[in-house]
Amino acid sequence: MSMVPTLLSVEGLTKSYGGVHAVRGVSFELRAGEILALIGPNGAGKSTCFDMLNGQNIPDSGRITILGEDTAGKKPRAIWRLGVGRTFQITATFPTMTVRENVQVALVSHRHQLFNVWSSTPNFAREEAGRLLDLVGMGAYAERPCGELAYGDLKRLELAVALANQPKLLLMDEPTAGMAPRERIELMRLTASIAREQSIGVLFTEHDMDVVFEHADRILVLNRGSLIAEGSPEEVRGNAQVRAIYLGEGLVYDARHRDGAHA
Amino acid sequence: MAFYVVQFLTGLASAASLFLVASGLSIIFGVTRIVNFAHGAFYMLGAYIAFTLTERLEGALGFWGGIVAAALVVAVVGVLVEMMLLRRIYHSPELFQLLATFGLTLMVQDIVVLIWGPSDLVGRRAPGFKGAVDFFGQNIPSYDLFLIVLGPVVLGILWLLFQRTRWGVLVRAATQDRDMVAALGVNQKWLFTSVFAVGVFLAALGGALQIPRDAVHHAMDLRIIVDVFVVVVIGGLGSITGAFVAAVLVSELNAFGILIFPKISIILVFLVMAVVLIVRPWGLFGKPEAPARRTPGLTVNPWRPWTSNERLAAIAALIVAAALPLFGGNYALTVGSEIAIFVIFAVSLHFLMSVGGLASFGHAAYFGLGAYGVAFLAKLAGLPMIVCLALGPLLGLVGAAVFGFFAVQLSGVYFAMLTLAFAQIVWSIAFQWVAVTGGDNGILGVWPEKWAASPSHFYWLSLGIAALAVLILRIIVFSPFGFALRATRDSPLRSEAVGINGKRIQWTAFVIAGTVAGLAGALFAYLKGSVFPDNMGISLSVDALVMVLLGGVETVSGAVVGAIVYKALNIWLVSQTDWSKLVLGAFIVLIVVAFPKGIVGTLQSILSRRRKSSSSNSSLLTSRIETAE
Repeated sequence: MSMVPTLLSVEGLTKSYGGVHAVRGVSFELRAGEILALIGPNGAGKSTCFDMLNGQNIPDSGRITILGEDTAGKKPRAIWRLGVGRTFQITATFPTMTVRENVQVALVSHRHQLFNVWSSTPNFAREEAGRLLDLVGMGAYAERPCGELAYGDLKRLELAVALANQPKLLLMDEPTAGMAPRERIELMRLTASIAREQSIGVLFTEHDMDVVFEHADRILVLNRGSLIAEGSPEEVRGNAQVRAIYLGEGLVYDARHRDGAHA
Repeated sequence: MAFYVVQFLTGLASAASLFLVASGLSIIFGVTRIVNFAHGAFYMLGAYIAFTLTERLEGALGFWGGIVAAALVVAVVGVLVEMMLLRRIYHSPELFQLLATFGLTLMVQDIVVLIWGPSDLVGRRAPGFKGAVDFFGQNIPSYDLFLIVLGPVVLGILWLLFQRTRWGVLVRAATQDRDMVAALGVNQKWLFTSVFAVGVFLAALGGALQIPRDAVHHAMDLRIIVDVFVVVVIGGLGSITGAFVAAVLVSELNAFGILIFPKISIILVFLVMAVVLIVRPWGLFGKPEAPARRTPGLTVNPWRPWTSNERLAAIAALIVAAALPLFGGNYALTVGSEIAIFVIFAVSLHFLMSVGGLASFGHAAYFGLGAYGVAFLAKLAGLPMIVCLALGPLLGLVGAAVFGFFAVQLSGVYFAMLTLAFAQIVWSIAFQWVAVTGGDNGILGVWPEKWAASPSHFYWLSLGIAALAVLILRIIVFSPFGFALRATRDSPLRSEAVGINGKRIQWTAFVIAGTVAGLAGALFAYLKGSVFPDNMGISLSVDALVMVLLGGVETVSGAVVGAIVYKALNIWLVSQTDWSKLVLGAFIVLIVVAFPKGIVGTLQSILSRRRKSSSSNSSLLTSRIETAE
């Protein structure tokens, strides 16, 4: 295990708003090739935690180390430059460009050509953009206007954009939110296979327990800002405290899932 | 000491009208999210109608009744405008709303001259407030004391209206979340109309109450609207308390600014505004706004570079244009040069607006700086023309670098207002710093050298530079930088998440646009042989906006067509009619309502519809299959 490098390490992460402790002393680690899920009921502090990791929120205290660099309080673009790809809960793409151009913008940035005013972007890293689109199964849509895509395709495009800087770490905020059940499973399968192949570490938050238990190697459970459980899907499923928090939902789900699995 | 107290009280009295107009603008913005440029026009109408009514009606009752009646009449006009025009553009991008209401302003300017004539009108003194009060040897007009009391009283009435009535609760709710209010079954249409009526009533009342203090004239609309923009930006759009505090602040700055810095009194207020915007971009009492709607976004057709046929067509058009001296006279060539110069100016703003999503309402500042740059170099340093043309625009570059740095910290209407304010700063420097700029008299005798002096040579020079400017900006649009700029416009969140420093990209774009505008200004100085403060005035900034809009905001080079059509029409109109503003204003309103895509944009969508209809059956089928999956 010690051979696998630590991509992300979080120590004592804390953030409060007024008197509300949104996140309290959260610590965890993520290793290369590992798929880690961050779950918890609404208001548990998942989003606050996530925003601090990707640079949209500044922690009150605690340490975030990504690929050996302290990133607490750094801008999202600086964190991206370290080799961190991200996707958003509600997709963020460039709707007035084609699908290929969306990926090309990320490649332009990755190659430090943002202030190049002379070359032609439509020909910029065309093949590499095509390869990334093929990887997520969007190759056939390369010349489509991005604004015309169906939501599921936008999610896949976002994944291709997130992979453009050859990231070591992917941060995905509710990657399957707003998708049809079958699409969810497909997208996560795709993500997991790419992550394993390129040994990218993935951290994602998720509400859909099907997705979490099927794809996560390890699960972190947040409640009221604190980590209350951490472990493999089996360990977390057996944890009495987690069951108590998820109340009926978790139990019912659990029984159903097992029945389904054995049927 | 008594003198300063009197000066302070005069400031407070001026604040009353300013507060009435600003609170009206703020209330309207809060609910409808429209920055009503025409608010100054309603203020002016209020003053004119009150003048007529108070002249006709006798006695104290006639005077005060006339004031209130005037405000009510204008409120009815406001309701008609809201129902006929604004209801059509509530969902348009902010830029279109600003332009449509600016078109209205232009129309009203000519209408008041048509009805009341061009000369200043001095109104009646207010019955009961004709004298002055002695204050330690200084005189204060008693009408000023009345206004000082009136301001807080109106604030109190508005507070009661918003806190204690059902209508007020609905307005406050709609200010916070109008979609939610609509979802709760409130009739939005009439809520918006009534809010607009109240806002316009306040503006007209502000205008009507001014007549005992100041002459009524047909330029009072633009003067108040700039002050009002400053007030609502400092106070925070949507906040009435903010409007009150800022109105007092601005009026006092004006009152004391004249004493302390007689030369730069105008600048003082704008500097305070710039500082407030940088420290609290949403104003002292305002709340941070949700991200603004994107300026383009009517369609999602991605841009593409010219095909070889289109390139040939562009070259052919350029050759035809270059042949003008063969059949055109000197007048035609001078008009042609002016149009070419405005093509350069329009494409520079188009680059900032369409590609960068930054609608500047003060782009003329950089045009004017380029013109003054040339004038300084030619007249003071006596440099050759080629050197002046190359170095003059650098003044535009410097101005754009300084102001752009602050402006790109903001977006949407705040960006528009800040750029407008900066342009007014530059204008007031040119106007007030007589020793260097010659003030209103400008700098004369900036003539081209012999090689460029003949109309045909100057035309070719302008045409050549225009073609080059269009070409270079097109190359930048399709360069990696151009894509980074569009990415920042399309999605700030995503572009930041792929490592793009959006502010720096936008700042660079601002500097590029300012420099190109400066180049246009430099040529313009040689064309006219002189420079004046009006070369950086609001109307020139708006001309540029209309050219871009007319060509099509969402096209790559539509501004070229927009500039040619608009400038030709403008020159023709001015020569044909005395009421060019009326026609122009109506024209602007018509474009915004009927052709929001502009000439080139409309042509493109017709073409693409035709192209699509030929293959529509098959594509419809595939899209159905896709949705089924």
